[in-house]
Amino acid sequence: MSLLNVQNLKVSFHTRNGEVKAVDDISFTVETGKITAIIGESGSGKSVACYSLLGLIPTPPGKIEGGSAVFEGNDLLQLSEAELRHIRGRDIAMIFQDPMTCLNPYMTVGHQLMEPIIYHKGVAKKEARQHAIELMEEVGIRDPDSTIDSYPHEFSGGMRQRVMIAMALINEPKLLIADEPTTALDVTIQAQILKLMADLQKKHSIGIIFISHDLAVVADIADQIIVMKKGKIVEHGDRQKIFKNAQHPYTRSLLAAIPAGTKVVSGSQSEALISIRNLNTWFGQGKHKEPVKAIKDVTLDIRRGEILGLVGESGSGKSTLGRSILRLVPITSGSISFDGVDLTELQGKDLKKMRRRMQMIFQDPYASLNPRMSVYDTLAEPLLLHKIETKKTVEQGVLKLMDDVGLARAFVRKYPHEFSGGQRQRIAIGRALATRPEFIVADEPVSALDVTIQAQILDLMLDLGKEYGLTMLFVSHDLAVVKHIADRIVVLYKGEIVEQGSGRDLFENPQQEYTRQLLQSIPGRALLG
Amino acid sequence: MTSVENTSAENNVPKNKISDIAMAEQGTSLWKDAWTRLKKNRMALFGLAVLMLFSIIALLTPWIAPYGYEQQNLDLGASPPSAQHWLGTDIFGRDLLTLIMYGGRISLAVGFVATAVALIIGVSYGAIAGYVGGRTDAFMMRMVDILYALPFMIFIILLMVVFGRNLLLLFLAIGMVEWLTMARIMRSQVQALRQQEFVEAAVSLGLGPVAIIRKHLVPNALGPIIVYTTLTIPGVMLLEAFLSFLGLGIQPPQTSWGLLISYGAETMEEFPWLLIFPGLALALTLFSLNFLGDGLRDALDVRSSKD
Repeated sequence: MSLLNVQNLKVSFHTRNGEVKAVDDISFTVETGKITAIIGESGSGKSVACYSLLGLIPTPPGKIEGGSAVFEGNDLLQLSEAELRHIRGRDIAMIFQDPMTCLNPYMTVGHQLMEPIIYHKGVAKKEARQHAIELMEEVGIRDPDSTIDSYPHEFSGGMRQRVMIAMALINEPKLLIADEPTTALDVTIQAQILKLMADLQKKHSIGIIFISHDLAVVADIADQIIVMKKGKIVEHGDRQKIFKNAQHPYTRSLLAAIPAGTKVVSGSQSEALISIRNLNTWFGQGKHKEPVKAIKDVTLDIRRGEILGLVGESGSGKSTLGRSILRLVPITSGSISFDGVDLTELQGKDLKKMRRRMQMIFQDPYASLNPRMSVYDTLAEPLLLHKIETKKTVEQGVLKLMDDVGLARAFVRKYPHEFSGGQRQRIAIGRALATRPEFIVADEPVSALDVTIQAQILDLMLDLGKEYGLTMLFVSHDLAVVKHIADRIVVLYKGEIVEQGSGRDLFENPQQEYTRQLLQSIPGRALLG
Repeated sequence: MTSVENTSAENNVPKNKISDIAMAEQGTSLWKDAWTRLKKNRMALFGLAVLMLFSIIALLTPWIAPYGYEQQNLDLGASPPSAQHWLGTDIFGRDLLTLIMYGGRISLAVGFVATAVALIIGVSYGAIAGYVGGRTDAFMMRMVDILYALPFMIFIILLMVVFGRNLLLLFLAIGMVEWLTMARIMRSQVQALRQQEFVEAAVSLGLGPVAIIRKHLVPNALGPIIVYTTLTIPGVMLLEAFLSFLGLGIQPPQTSWGLLISYGAETMEEFPWLLIFPGLALALTLFSLNFLGDGLRDALDVRSSKD
């Protein structure tokens, strides 16, 4: 008998614009000791489906219209709030996407772990602490005896997610719902967390529902995969079947969106557009303080017309390197020359002139656009500032940019909050292109986006790169993405370049241990080839 | 959005289509969009209309007031509302409607001018301190702290004693006190906003600090500023009444709403109309200000719903 049996679940939201069917008649089962993955893009209803089982959707506007969800003989949808609360946390536990917002920053990790232990098991403080340490050990936190008294901010993102998992395990749940548990993490950390979850699931023989937008993530761990689109299940089956023999066109498009293949590079080599020599960027230098050395003695050439991929994990200094070139952060020593001009000494007008020639695309399209400026204002600003267009012709310039980045002209007066993530990133790309730059730093431009959107944006960037004759520094933590887009790859580790070469060289013959580790972290290599 | 709209917006759009497209044709700036939204908010429009009416009356008072404000009728004394004196008369037999009209000139002028002074100084000071940061910020904000620490009554009394009593000085003195809080609010807003990537994007576009503050930071900090402004105007009006009551503001026979209210409060048991009508005028102004302030805040927030 299955652990959870969902039949004909329907959930809808009643909004001002009418009824939205978030989950439209879906049925699935979860088996004990198996991992069931639910895959779909934002708004496909994958999270709503799971949250509604636990009574976690706001009602109103949400409403469960019908169906049943039998868990251990009880229909979850028929239980009272008090009975549900009993099941939540005890028999069914959850892990969320962002471990930082789920932990109280003012309590030590140990306290937060001990509290539910004391509450649910009624044991003494000392015993609870012992139990908490055991749990931390089990989820792979080093030195739990001392780290138990640390605060959440002292932990890295991966460690925090481990704490969340430990917390979920306290009551030995029978079902664990993990909502995009690795989306906020680096690829290397993601691989570790995925392995941990698979191990724990085997050891405790629990059922896991793994919600994700990315098929590749679950390629190595899922037993059963459910693909959702617009509230409906379009395909489900075991892992082999989905990956090797997908039937539905949507599943195929999801598979196709997984960045694969290595860019073939032409042999010709052009001269360097940007030469970085012995660059150091340090932060927080004080009389009595040791500075944080974000960039240590980096020497690098970026050739005209190439897309250079810069890979590294959080804290490796890869974003700082991009910002240093653009003079967005002050550098400590070294030189950066752009087309023969030394950027490090430029001030005022000269700097403004150079700024026109190099632009940046940011990671988070929600933060990088001024919420009070319409698309028109956002795109017109650089055009007018650098006198590329006059007041009379600026409208044409704006519309041309919108065409280039694939935004419908009708959206010209809309504000950023009215767009989806992918559309916003198109606006941001348009703004960067407005000044007709020669060089663009793209700082993780697709890591905040769904996989299908990610593929579209990458293609757009490749096309525009050719059309505008751009040189690009493409910063990312994800080797699979970089390999897809970059001509040459540089691996950065703790502020230093550890390896560089063409995509093919790096993948077939990595020289450094760290590069190998990065390569092994790409999810779903085995199934995707 | 459907593709039908994509194509239609490029050529000629039927006028009765979705309002977004209509806006795409004519709207140009945040302010115009805000006005479009404000026009749909009845309460805010009511507030705006009342304030404009009061301001026009205040401007025209010397010509339209039924009596002169120094015109006394001691025989009449304090009389309740009647056909000759719509709102009654005060203890000297002066027409209350006339007094309220003349009082409105002073109160509204103090309220708006002093608040404008506070707004201009506070917003620019706070924005600069927040944007530049570091030592400049520390120095600028310590200055604010020092001014905060001064008992402001003493500060104003000192000003009055040194420069003599003068209406303009009163405006300035009150404005000088009120900008401190404005500067602090603005600074904390700007500090939070400048961490955002869109500011970094503006820097990399090559915008200068002034343009970044004006175009990117101030518009995003408008919400709290507007709310605080609508709170400041009534505060300033009451402050003027208090100063006048102490003998530091304006003096009889000149008058203001605050002054009328404080005199009316003394005699409210015998002559309640002397308190009720000036109080009503002030209350109506404050209500209107709050409605308008709320409406403006929503209108300037592009994220608020479009309908």
